[in-house]
Amino acid sequence: MSNKAASAPREKGAPLLEIRDLRIEGFSDDEWHQIVRGIDITLKRGEVLGLIGESGAGKSTIGLAAMGYAKPGCRISGGSVTFDGIDLIAASEGRRRALRGSRIAYVAQSAAASFNPAHRIIEQTIETQLTHNLDRRDKAEQGAIDLYRRLQLPNPEQIGRRYPHQVSGGQLQRAMTAMAMSCRPDLIIFDEPTTALDVTTQVEVLAAIRNIVDQFQTAAIYITHDLAVVAQMADRIMVLRYGKLVEEAPTRTMLKTPQEDYTRSLWAVRKLGRSDRPNAEPVLVIDNVTASYGGAVKVLENVSVRVPRGRTVAVVGESGSGKSTLARAIVGLLPPTSGQILFDGTPLPPALKQRDKETLRRIQLIYQMPDTALNPRQTVRDVIGRPLEFYRGLGGRERDRKVGELLRLIELDERLIDRLPSELSGGQKQRICIARALAAEPEIIICDEVTSALDQIVQEGILKLLMRLQQEMGVTYLFITHDIATVRAIADEVVVMHRGKVVEQGPKAEVLSPPHPAYTELLLSSVPEMDPDWLTGVLSRRADKGGMRASGN
Amino acid sequence: MHPVVRTVLQRLGLGLVTLFFVSIIIFSSVELLPGDFARAILGQSATPETVAAFEREIGINRPPVTRYLEWIGQVAHGDFGQSFASRVGYRRTVAEIIEPRFFNTLFLAAMTALIAVPLALALGIAAALYRNSWFDRTVNAVTLTTISFPEFFIAYMLAYIIISRDTFMGTQLAQSMPQWLASSIDWILHAIPKFPTLANVNEQTPFGERVWRSMLPALTLTCVIVAYMMRMTRAALVNLLASPYIEMAQLKGLKARTIMLRHALPNAWAPIVTVIAFNLAYLVVGVVVVEVVFVYPGIGQLMVDAVRSRDIPVVQACALIFAATYILLNLSADIISIVTNPRLLHPR
Amino acid sequence: MTTVEDRQLRTEEAMPKARRTRLSLIWRALRSAPLSAWFGMIVIAGYVFVAVFAPWLAPYGEAQIFPEPYAPWGGQFVLGTDQLGRDMLTRLIYGARNTIGIALVTTLLSFAVGMSLGLLAAISRGWIDQLLSRAVDALMSIPVLIFALMLLSTFGSSVFNLIVIIAVLDSTRVFRLSRAVAMNVVVMDFVEAARLRGEGLGWIMRREILPNVMPPMIAEFGLRFCFVFLLVASLSFLGVGIQPPTADWGSMVRENATLITYGDITPLLPAAAIALLTVAVNFVVDWLLHRTSGLKDEQ
Repeated sequence: MSNKAASAPREKGAPLLEIRDLRIEGFSDDEWHQIVRGIDITLKRGEVLGLIGESGAGKSTIGLAAMGYAKPGCRISGGSVTFDGIDLIAASEGRRRALRGSRIAYVAQSAAASFNPAHRIIEQTIETQLTHNLDRRDKAEQGAIDLYRRLQLPNPEQIGRRYPHQVSGGQLQRAMTAMAMSCRPDLIIFDEPTTALDVTTQVEVLAAIRNIVDQFQTAAIYITHDLAVVAQMADRIMVLRYGKLVEEAPTRTMLKTPQEDYTRSLWAVRKLGRSDRPNAEPVLVIDNVTASYGGAVKVLENVSVRVPRGRTVAVVGESGSGKSTLARAIVGLLPPTSGQILFDGTPLPPALKQRDKETLRRIQLIYQMPDTALNPRQTVRDVIGRPLEFYRGLGGRERDRKVGELLRLIELDERLIDRLPSELSGGQKQRICIARALAAEPEIIICDEVTSALDQIVQEGILKLLMRLQQEMGVTYLFITHDIATVRAIADEVVVMHRGKVVEQGPKAEVLSPPHPAYTELLLSSVPEMDPDWLTGVLSRRADKGGMRASGN
Repeated sequence: MHPVVRTVLQRLGLGLVTLFFVSIIIFSSVELLPGDFARAILGQSATPETVAAFEREIGINRPPVTRYLEWIGQVAHGDFGQSFASRVGYRRTVAEIIEPRFFNTLFLAAMTALIAVPLALALGIAAALYRNSWFDRTVNAVTLTTISFPEFFIAYMLAYIIISRDTFMGTQLAQSMPQWLASSIDWILHAIPKFPTLANVNEQTPFGERVWRSMLPALTLTCVIVAYMMRMTRAALVNLLASPYIEMAQLKGLKARTIMLRHALPNAWAPIVTVIAFNLAYLVVGVVVVEVVFVYPGIGQLMVDAVRSRDIPVVQACALIFAATYILLNLSADIISIVTNPRLLHPR
Repeated sequence: MTTVEDRQLRTEEAMPKARRTRLSLIWRALRSAPLSAWFGMIVIAGYVFVAVFAPWLAPYGEAQIFPEPYAPWGGQFVLGTDQLGRDMLTRLIYGARNTIGIALVTTLLSFAVGMSLGLLAAISRGWIDQLLSRAVDALMSIPVLIFALMLLSTFGSSVFNLIVIIAVLDSTRVFRLSRAVAMNVVVMDFVEAARLRGEGLGWIMRREILPNVMPPMIAEFGLRFCFVFLLVASLSFLGVGIQPPTADWGSMVRENATLITYGDITPLLPAAAIALLTVAVNFVVDWLLHRTSGLKDEQ
């Protein structure tokens, strides 16, 4: 493994990529809209540039433009992209094609979708070399196996013989890096390569990518929305918003002394926090619950959780930990096979159908994706008004008055009352979902990853709103999330879940500080921090312990 | 057991079950006959004895389950019973009426498939490759139009073109247009071979002659199904072109044709094969109308005649044969898409 | 640096998209409709006009017989007469009314049956879904034309039988599609949210699912209409559909088919009338599908 930390300055060569006043337009609603509004980039050989921004910042579009490529429905409308003296925009398609894959390579966000399901991994890894006539087949295959080894893929000799669906997401992402590296390109575009992965897997993939980019001194553009991740990878960072540059600086300078408010807002959630509050008597007690989806596999195994009234309990875990299943068991969608759930001291009927209207009203659920949680054909009035009508028999003007009140409560304009969800922004939609839950005047609200689909600054707004509502109305939250920063921001108590079991639970301060059980340790140490040396530190600490090696998944 | 084998066996089982249900449905259609059916068939002049004898023959007074089992047992041995229409004089079994005609129909369907399937695939792939070009737009408009035409319209149009080969110069239309235009149209018409507009074939017709006489019905059917198959092939491919792995292939610097053939096509086989099977099955239906137009002695024409004369055993036999072909084709499509699916073929 | 432009961008983002009324949306869609769709809509309007005002437009009575069979074009009979001496133009105009009318009623019936069962299957799942789906699978494994021929031979050809038989057979296709579309809606979180609220089956079906199922079903209605229309015409052409003396395009082709042998295109006219209408409907449906699929083809 390379000991070259991100801190050690690399040898920077001559300029490799120069982008001047790049403008890109996208086609939607029968019109062309500007997506990228005049961007300049200079990238030297061997340099890693981080592009960071929220959704709609145009960062992926810029990344593709660096290959002279525009997605279907987009067009490059102005500026120049010069790669090693070649004007990529003016060049013929044939010329660009000859460069793609061989000298400029691309690593996509979702490896599972970007590998062709019909061909073996090694076939796809070496395809570029064979197409560009760079190598004979047997040599190319040897090269691929060598790359698999360098990327620490398990069983490098054999893994290429498999089909994409036969290996895990983290492994595929590394295999895709091998594919990009196969022609030893001068430049690689990494487009959110770890966004779809769990945090513990992310660390390994980040380490493998950084390692191999170092080894071959490849220049790279690393695109992400996570500043902590890009801090580990990049020499220099550009912050983008609405297709324009907000701020550009070397990584350390950027983290130490950000110049723009917007840059600071990119880690807004990390700055939230709450003081400790005294414990309270429990409103919901989950007692030794076991559940499964039909088969023998238990998705929840002897789970016990105590939720104090008026407090926030955060359930944290990675995908497959059973945290969302727990929510389904509580609301009655998945009746437990054993154990019981006590609500206000009385056992809840296990199945939804056995529960009366009053019980349903007192427990509300908010979903991760406001897009699918709101009926696209119902206006805000219908959405928020229905629980008022259904649970409390309100109608007509009385109901509308109450809907207006709720809209003010969630800090939205009352005039939005006749809008359809498609006419609202993501954050506004999630607020409507919150209002729908509040309209029932519940005692406990289960929040299932309610901020995961939103940008940082919108997340911060939603979390603040939820905290304010708790203060004013005394509602209890069961907050399901995979994001440790969110847990830090809002939780009173924390429950850590792994493979259907509770690993650890207790007050936030206790759970988040050592000593930890092994899994909590792994989870907490895998969360990237705003420190360029964090990845190096984690890797060397893990190497010292020798236990948590980057392996398998 | 390997998952592919298991899935294939499941599908085969399902196909058999479907066939069983279909046979029940077809059999029950006799049960639904109105009470005075015998009289309606035999005519008002029939004596009560004849009616009673006929009713005994179709077995109205025995329990339906017994009759079904009897019927299906005979069908399994290729015996479809007696034709109603052949009571007087000599008796003819349904099987001997159907057999030569069934062969004719299969011949026509096979001939059409041989022309239509390669043509549709080539057109579909080309349209997907050059999507939104003038070629694609033209093919799209033309196929959309042919899809909308009733089969008999296409059939008569083709027949009309062949006929006007000889009569065109004499028509009012030709005389009202400029001389050069009329003569060039006439020249084009004469360039078309004079296919027979009546496709009368029999067992003695030699192979070449048979193909020649079946040309017009085959071309009509081709017009109908090529449009469907081509559009679906294009749609299946264009649908795949939105996948991230196709973008990845583009970013790897592969040529458009390589991407289409190596990255899109292998994943499109399942939908394409399904479409082909569906359209070959559709042939079975289209064949009925086309056979009637060209007086082609196939099973479709037989069925229409039998329906008109309410010759129920013949109708049942034809329906069963059509349905079985249909099920068989869809079943093979299912199985092909299973064995070309890498996720099933190479389980984790 | 926070420039003026940057601040503008920010407010642009904060302002939700402007609200558009339904009418202006429809007008916007129509304005961007391609030529083929306009052609289709105009043709359909023309057919509807002819079908509705047939008795006022036709020069003679529907079954009025003149002692002049196979009269040539022009003169007293603009398009000549048929094999019995009935005016072709009159028969064509009445044919629009009969053929389109029967196809339309059949399609409506087929949608009423197919969609309610499809939605029911999608929402209730379990054994109801299994039972309906298996039954539909079995029915669908017999080609519609063959099945229709078989049933018509047992029940006899009458307009009522024709409509009911075709509607029932065609509703299997409607069932399949509406079930599939509804299945995609049923798994959405907002349906689950309604169930968690304690809403009844009727409310979920009517308020949550139906509005989201309608748009794709409208395009499907056009396709099913074409299919039914062609099927009715084919059955009539085969002589087992609409029975004389009712004028309809399918049987008009069959009755006068012999004329083609003499190079006379008169029997092709009703066939062309059928083709033109289906082409028109298909053009409109093609445009609708292109819009609703949201699949913007590459530039």
